[in-house]
Amino acid sequence: MYKVISREAIAPDTFDIWLEHPNIHKRAKPGQFLILRLDEFSERIPLTIVSTAEGRLRVIIKTIGKSTYKLCAVKPGETIADIVGPLGNPSEIDRFGTVCVIGGGVGIAPLFPIAKALKEAGNRVIGILGAAKKELLIMKDEFLPHLDELYITTDDGSEGIKGTVTVALQKVLKKEKVEVIWAIGPMVMMKFVSLMAAENNTLCWVSLNPIMVDGTGMCGACRAEVGEEVKFTCVHGPEFDGRKVKWDELIKRQYQYREEEKRAMEDYLKEMGGKNA
Amino acid sequence: MPEKNKTKMRELDPIQRIGCFEEVALGYSKEEALKEAARCLQCKNQPCVSGCPVGINIPGFIKALREERYKDSAMILKGDNNLPAVCGRVCPQEKQCEARCILGRVPGGDAVAIGRLERFVADLEIPIESVVKPSIHKKVAVIGAGPAGLTVAADLAKEGVSVTVFEAFHTAGGVLVYGIPEFRLPKKIVSNEVQFVQEMGVEFRFNEIVGRTVPFEELVNDYDAVFIGIGAGAPRFMGIPGTNLNNIFSASEFLTRVNLMKAYLFPKYDTPVKIKDRVAVIGAGNVTMDAARTARRLGAKEVHIVYRRSEEEMPARLEEYHHAMEEGIKLHCLTLPVEYLGDANNNVVAMKCVKMTLGEPDSSGRRRPVQLENSEFTMEVDMVIEAIGQTPNAVLKAGFSSVQLNKWGSIQADEETGRTNLPKVFAGGDIVTGAATVIEAMGAGKRSAKAILKYLAGV
Ligand SMILES: Cc1cc2nc3c(=O)[nH]c(=O)nc-3n(C[C@H](O)[C@H](O)[C@H](O)COP(=O)(O)OP(=O)(O)OC[C@H]3O[C@@H](n4cnc5c(N)ncnc54)[C@H](O)[C@@H]3O)c2cc1C
Ligand SMILES: Cc1cc2nc3c(=O)[nH]c(=O)nc-3n(C[C@H](O)[C@H](O)[C@H](O)COP(=O)(O)OP(=O)(O)OC[C@H]3O[C@@H](n4cnc5c(N)ncnc54)[C@H](O)[C@@H]3O)c2cc1C
Ligand code: SF4
Ligand code: SF4
Ligand code: FES
Ligand SMILES: [Mg+2]
Repeated sequence: MYKVISREAIAPDTFDIWLEHPNIHKRAKPGQFLILRLDEFSERIPLTIVSTAEGRLRVIIKTIGKSTYKLCAVKPGETIADIVGPLGNPSEIDRFGTVCVIGGGVGIAPLFPIAKALKEAGNRVIGILGAAKKELLIMKDEFLPHLDELYITTDDGSEGIKGTVTVALQKVLKKEKVEVIWAIGPMVMMKFVSLMAAENNTLCWVSLNPIMVDGTGMCGACRAEVGEEVKFTCVHGPEFDGRKVKWDELIKRQYQYREEEKRAMEDYLKEMGGKNA
Repeated sequence: MPEKNKTKMRELDPIQRIGCFEEVALGYSKEEALKEAARCLQCKNQPCVSGCPVGINIPGFIKALREERYKDSAMILKGDNNLPAVCGRVCPQEKQCEARCILGRVPGGDAVAIGRLERFVADLEIPIESVVKPSIHKKVAVIGAGPAGLTVAADLAKEGVSVTVFEAFHTAGGVLVYGIPEFRLPKKIVSNEVQFVQEMGVEFRFNEIVGRTVPFEELVNDYDAVFIGIGAGAPRFMGIPGTNLNNIFSASEFLTRVNLMKAYLFPKYDTPVKIKDRVAVIGAGNVTMDAARTARRLGAKEVHIVYRRSEEEMPARLEEYHHAMEEGIKLHCLTLPVEYLGDANNNVVAMKCVKMTLGEPDSSGRRRPVQLENSEFTMEVDMVIEAIGQTPNAVLKAGFSSVQLNKWGSIQADEETGRTNLPKVFAGGDIVTGAATVIEAMGAGKRSAKAILKYLAGV
């Protein structure tokens, strides 16, 4: 059993949660994730480890379906049945020179430990953070100390550049030589950043988030085609060179369970009398 | 002369059972068990025993049973087999103990139903005080809580060893909980057995993936000995074009969702499982039968098993194959899928297949299937489950790098002792042999436990 230490809403439908865990802080590195099972009835939910401190860890969650709603409804002081992690391979952090880190939506959260580590490793770090609108832009102030430059994009222009992250990336790539790109966000965003990176011959790490079950390489649910090979994201990734990912197939796999997810959510709302956390 | 044929076991009616996940085989009543036990000839040379991978004293437990000394019978069983309620249900008896039974050699005669009798005695749930010897002040780490790991843990605990089991999942049992379905092995039985192990003082640390969340070297340093029983859990795919289309699953994914995560009770349980109308399951082993019968129970209108060899080579337990056929599942032998076809949304809609014929025997002794020319045809399906086998998990390669592997990527271990190249480290079960059986994994566990005790004693 793992206690929820704190829970804070940092944007609409987005929660910043600290959990107690005796060991994860000793091993977690940027880019790794955990799997959490709320209770006897719960799914196994993969989440990126955003930060850690002695005996605790932090996750940032966007509520999009039954499991994430249930999870964000757990109050500080209450407990979570199972947490397993860290899972997946850490990001390949090194001193590259100039790097560009790109986060979209809740993908900004998993990007945070990577940006921080890249800065600590002595890189010039250019950040691009994108959201649909101003209120949905998370963690801006936390990023600032770890960035040499920051671009913000919003779909509606309510803050920063109006448009998608690729508009800002275009500007960056015109101005200077970028050695490596990291992009984390919705699959479609990662796809378009990867295409732009490919045109510029730049390595582009993306963190894939396909549907997972065990997260230990035992089921193949998370498989993705990368460079003509089938990879299990949970053990071979989650980061891959985005230029090699077969995006369209992967994006369609994300929606495989849509009918069931809808049914689960409706059922949950009914159970909760129409309201949720 | 005894009755020629086995006493039948009552079963749920096929129509009734495809609508639920209740256990299919209902077990013997006392009368039925006594009647079956009476068939045993109590052979002096005990041919049946040599067919059991753990050498259970079969005539002995049957004798005690028919004299209605139930506790004695249970003690004999438990002495050699920590999980008789499980083995009585899932052992491929027709290839093991029962294959050697003298009565099976009589023309038209059946072997004694050893497995069913074993199940009967185990299901009486006679409490047996396990005598735990005083502590010998040694500690052993067991990695994996499958049949191999549970056996090592129990056998060492009995001898006063302090045992900690590290298990990747949130619960113990390995394939018994995430692979074999409820209708064949009720999870209550597994949890009873696990509780028995717990009561002997074995500590379980769930959610720990050795090699990931705990370094393997740390265990080697901190414990007096380590046993690796992590199974062969990684699914294989045929790798034909279209494998990543939607609604194509590995049997591991499908069964893990249903069994471990209880997706058959969705949406009460949150994990979903997909089910479509025309399901093809590829393979012909136990995993194939389990996946096919599960799909049927979840509501698939048609379930087709597609197998590249013939009925004779099928590796599945005979009883499960018969059950599958009774449940209306169709078998297509000598058929091999070569490509999956999808629609605009990437959902699988059909499978291109070829017909096969059997050629010369291969390394497994089974006749090798060869493709018939110009035999291509298309089979319409809207969901596919591949059940063609499992291999050692990829995590292994990174996490246990100091342990020597064999050419199949399994751990290299001595068959008699489970010793690996590292002096303190032992291994057994599927991770050594490749996918095998519950009782073989337990047998390996038994032998390793003995060898570990010797090692701890410095012998
Ligand atoms: C490695 C990894 C790291 C992740 N990190 C974060 C994070 O830091 N913060 C965050 O908010 N989300 C993260 N996610 C996504 C998160 O796991 C899903 O949003 C969550 O599981 C959805 O559950 P649900 O029941 O609420 O939604 P549902 O209604 O069940 O599904 C909504 C959508 O979420 C996705 N999804 C559903 N089930 C899973 C599953 N088992 N695994 C992965 N995706 C699924 C599917 O695309 C689905 O269409 C991560 C996913 C992965 C694989
Ligand atoms: C669907 C299915 C049906 C089957 N039907 C039958 C049958 O009818 N009869 C029969 O005899 N056999 C059957 N088998 C085969 C049988 O179940 C296996 O041979 C047996 O379970 C092997 O036992 P094991 O202890 O070696 O491994 P497993 O049962 O695989 O257990 C290994 C355990 O180790 C854990 N683990 C893995 N990696 C790590 C790690 N790094 N750290 C910590 N823990 C880890 C796993 O989570 C798992 O719990 C079936 C198998 C399947 C998949
Ligand atoms: S354990 Fe299996 S092989 Fe051995 S006697 Fe029992 S059923 Fe037969
Ligand atoms: S071989 Fe058959 S008849 Fe003989 S002792 Fe064994 S079970 Fe009984
Ligand atoms: S989630 Fe099962 S193999 Fe990756
Ligand atoms: Mg869900």
